[in-house]
Amino acid sequence: MEKKIVLPLDNKTISSLKAGDQVLLSGTIYTARDAAHIRLVNEIKKPPLNLKDKIIYYSGPTPPMPGRVIGSAGPTTASRMDGFTLPLLKAGVRGFIGKGKRSKEVIDALKKYKAVYFVATGGAGALLAKHIKSARVVGYPDLGPEAIYELNVTDFPVIVANDIKGKDVFEEGVKKYRK
Amino acid sequence: MREIEAKKITETVKDLCIQANYEISDDVLEALNKALKNERSRNGREILRQLIKNADIAKKERYPICQDTGLAIVFIEVGQDVRITGGNLSEAINEGVSRGYSQGYLRKSVVGNPFIRKNTNDNTPAIIHTEIVPGEKIKITFMAKGGGCENVSRYHMFKPTANREEIVKFVLDTVDQAGANPCPPVIIGIGIGGNQERSALLAKKALLREVGKFSSNKDTAAMEKDILTKVNKLGIGPEGLGGITTALAVHIETAPCHIASLPVTVNIDCHAHRVKETVI
Repeated sequence: MEKKIVLPLDNKTISSLKAGDQVLLSGTIYTARDAAHIRLVNEIKKPPLNLKDKIIYYSGPTPPMPGRVIGSAGPTTASRMDGFTLPLLKAGVRGFIGKGKRSKEVIDALKKYKAVYFVATGGAGALLAKHIKSARVVGYPDLGPEAIYELNVTDFPVIVANDIKGKDVFEEGVKKYRK
Repeated sequence: MREIEAKKITETVKDLCIQANYEISDDVLEALNKALKNERSRNGREILRQLIKNADIAKKERYPICQDTGLAIVFIEVGQDVRITGGNLSEAINEGVSRGYSQGYLRKSVVGNPFIRKNTNDNTPAIIHTEIVPGEKIKITFMAKGGGCENVSRYHMFKPTANREEIVKFVLDTVDQAGANPCPPVIIGIGIGGNQERSALLAKKALLREVGKFSSNKDTAAMEKDILTKVNKLGIGPEGLGGITTALAVHIETAPCHIASLPVTVNIDCHAHRVKETVI
């Protein structure tokens, strides 16, 4: 059974999330990928948006067709952002959405700062776009697809990959099926 | 001598860019459906269901299959009895890519210089591989290759005395290290032989073969089956969350090589596997 969660994440909700849970997120999330991370971390004292309690989605969408909110908008590889994650957690970010495994440093930091990492399905950008109800650029417009977009999502399907107890869905999942 | 206008090539490339990014091929869809029937992991099945639904939404409602609409790779076989008129070949191809990516609402993912990293804003230049072949036709194969899967490519120059097991182990290590990043279930292209750059090109070309079709060479086909079985025992599964479907297919291409060399390149493609082909 999927859990429905309304953002922002509060402490009680975060504590209830376990690695492997299938979750549907509704509320506001913010995109940021490689180029935006370099700038965010350089400007961490004065970022273009208040990072407290925010969810960062590693995604660079395709341009929308006329009359549409957004184009295809799936997750990109999260590990490329590993080196930039700690300053964002210190600034109050409570969750990240991406694809693929995180470094041990990030998993430990998520535990310390009581934040979670979700995975969305890589290569399901069309399906995920249907759960995005509005989109607007709120930072670094010159970066084009790498700008920071504020997205309002409804029942956005994700799976908890790393919870606040330090559990890792990748490690546990692969161990179970490795022969 | 048959004359083909450059603008015909531009139009064809434009159409292929759009078609590849919106319409998943039948062979891939069939492989995903088969995987869904066999997959034992609960999260793995959920991912596969989403991918099948995603393909349907992409095609019917016109959203690109994936937001990483790739670097444009164009394999073009030009018949030696063809004369291209009204423009030059590489400009015609790049113009097709530029139009395809803008008119198709596809993401522009190319930067002009690897250090300055300024977007070229039309997804050009394409990577173009041209071959002159007999005949009076032009065959164009377009591939949209995402960054996530391209980033896990690996090359190794083996000793000529290396045995098959060493090569199989190299492939398994490559897939294992890649984990979730290339968006499994993947298609694995392997180039064995040639020299350094030939093996890389063979690995990429191996990806172009119909998904699930084994090599026509019996020995090579046996090696493909062996690697496929072993890769799916790694347990990586759909999106790396654990499961028995890590690869949909393994394709190997081989070429003659130097007595001192045994080059091997592995190039992985994600499950979206956007390849389309046309003959003019």
